[in-house]
Amino acid sequence: MLELKSVRAGYGGFQALFDVSLEVGHGEAVGVIGPNGAGKTTLMRVISGLIRPTSGSIVMEGVDLVATPSHRIVEVGIAHVPEGRRLFPRMSVEDNLRMGGFVPAARPKFRQRLELVYELFPRLRERCRQLAGSMSGGEQQMCAIGRALMSEPKLLLLDEPSAGLAPVIVEQLFELLKRIRAGGLTVLIVEQNVQQVLRVVDRAYLLKAGRIRAAGPAAGLLGSATIREAYLGA
Amino acid sequence: MGIVDIFLLEALINGVLLGGVLALLSLGLNLIFGVIDVVWICYAELIMLGMYGMYFLSGVYQAPIVLSAAVCIIGVGLLGVLLHLLVIAPLLGSPPINQLLATGGVLFFLQSAATVLFGVEFKNLGLRLPVLKVSGVFISYARLLAFGAAVIGMVLVYLFLTRTYTGAAIRAIAQDRQIMTLMGVDSRRIYLITSAIGGALAGLAACLLVLQYDVHPFVGLSFGPITFLICVLGGLGNFVGGFIAAFVFAEIISLGGLYFDLEWGYVFAFAFFIVMMFVRPQGLLARRS
Repeated sequence: MLELKSVRAGYGGFQALFDVSLEVGHGEAVGVIGPNGAGKTTLMRVISGLIRPTSGSIVMEGVDLVATPSHRIVEVGIAHVPEGRRLFPRMSVEDNLRMGGFVPAARPKFRQRLELVYELFPRLRERCRQLAGSMSGGEQQMCAIGRALMSEPKLLLLDEPSAGLAPVIVEQLFELLKRIRAGGLTVLIVEQNVQQVLRVVDRAYLLKAGRIRAAGPAAGLLGSATIREAYLGA
Repeated sequence: MGIVDIFLLEALINGVLLGGVLALLSLGLNLIFGVIDVVWICYAELIMLGMYGMYFLSGVYQAPIVLSAAVCIIGVGLLGVLLHLLVIAPLLGSPPINQLLATGGVLFFLQSAATVLFGVEFKNLGLRLPVLKVSGVFISYARLLAFGAAVIGMVLVYLFLTRTYTGAAIRAIAQDRQIMTLMGVDSRRIYLITSAIGGALAGLAACLLVLQYDVHPFVGLSFGPITFLICVLGGLGNFVGGFIAAFVFAEIISLGGLYFDLEWGYVFAFAFFIVMMFVRPQGLLARRS
């Protein structure tokens, strides 16, 4: 479904990704793990077009994303839940969700998608008129995921969804991710929370210092020596 | 009712009427700042051009006033788009001071160009609108009309911002411009639409102000600084704050003018502004961050 080949990217003179290649198949849940500063967020941004690669190719279902204007990538079927949630704090929950369904194709389905998101996150229905910035971190994360689902994506990019949340909330969040997956959505998730994320995904890549260092089924990576090394910095 | 009470009531009403027009002016500037993060220092000069437009269309060529107003609003709206494309867009990545200097340059350019083209004489529509008398209180029909039209203009903008997808995107981009592309929003398009609305609001303001004031190349100086101060007082980019600040300012001007001379009203208003900058530097409705 999504294929990256030898992608290089960075900010200004700083290169964050070196020849990264990875693949996500239909209906798969793929994790990208790695220590702080490994380039995980850059990887997500380069896929959704927030930054453009300096070389390499990114193809989603035959569409060349490198040649697609950034704001049209969501129409290809990719929704990105950014690091830090990035809700519109002074807009209501429902207006935030409306922005998620901004693309012309999603507008006629607004009510239907809204219902789906509210069923998934009943808390958002209760808070639909509340300003997004006034909610708790967990509620904001639900809203951010809900907003991404509004565009009816085929591929959901999640960047550190558990960051800054209490352990109980993180537990709930990963339960919800399983339910979202059950709906047939393909998921690419970046996490620091290795133990937890490896229980949700099918496969995972280990990213360190901008390069893919290991890849394989989640179960295999859980006990792998490479992973332990990467985190201990050995 | 005593004679003092009637004057007081009159001043209060005039304050509200003035407040409506000032609120309209500040809405345009605030919208541009909130969305594009640029201050159009030359905002009042767009109004000046609109006033000349009204003068020529309606005063010289005798076109129907409603038609002139429509042409004027659309025309200044297009000037807003032009200003964005020619001056703002190329400087979006530059330091804010450069953008400020560039729009400041446009201010003097427009003033000088207007002097060359139209001369320095004061011109007016030659329209004399009646004064209404309601139970002893005199209300200028021109001010009432200006207030009404300003309120209608603001309500239309409010409905646009709250009821349409483009309006929601305009509000959203003011809160987080980087992630707008993730929503599938083309920021450049939103900037153009916002510039057109900001310009159109200046055009509407021109139509209303030309009913009360003579137009000359430097007329912008009468409205520009006060509009900018109102926006700062309300918190730059904060639409509601600007709205409230406009009425606070207008009442100070109007009541100050009642108890002292008219000019004293402005002195009090600007003194109030300076004091408020010490007390609430982030604006009346400071955002919690």
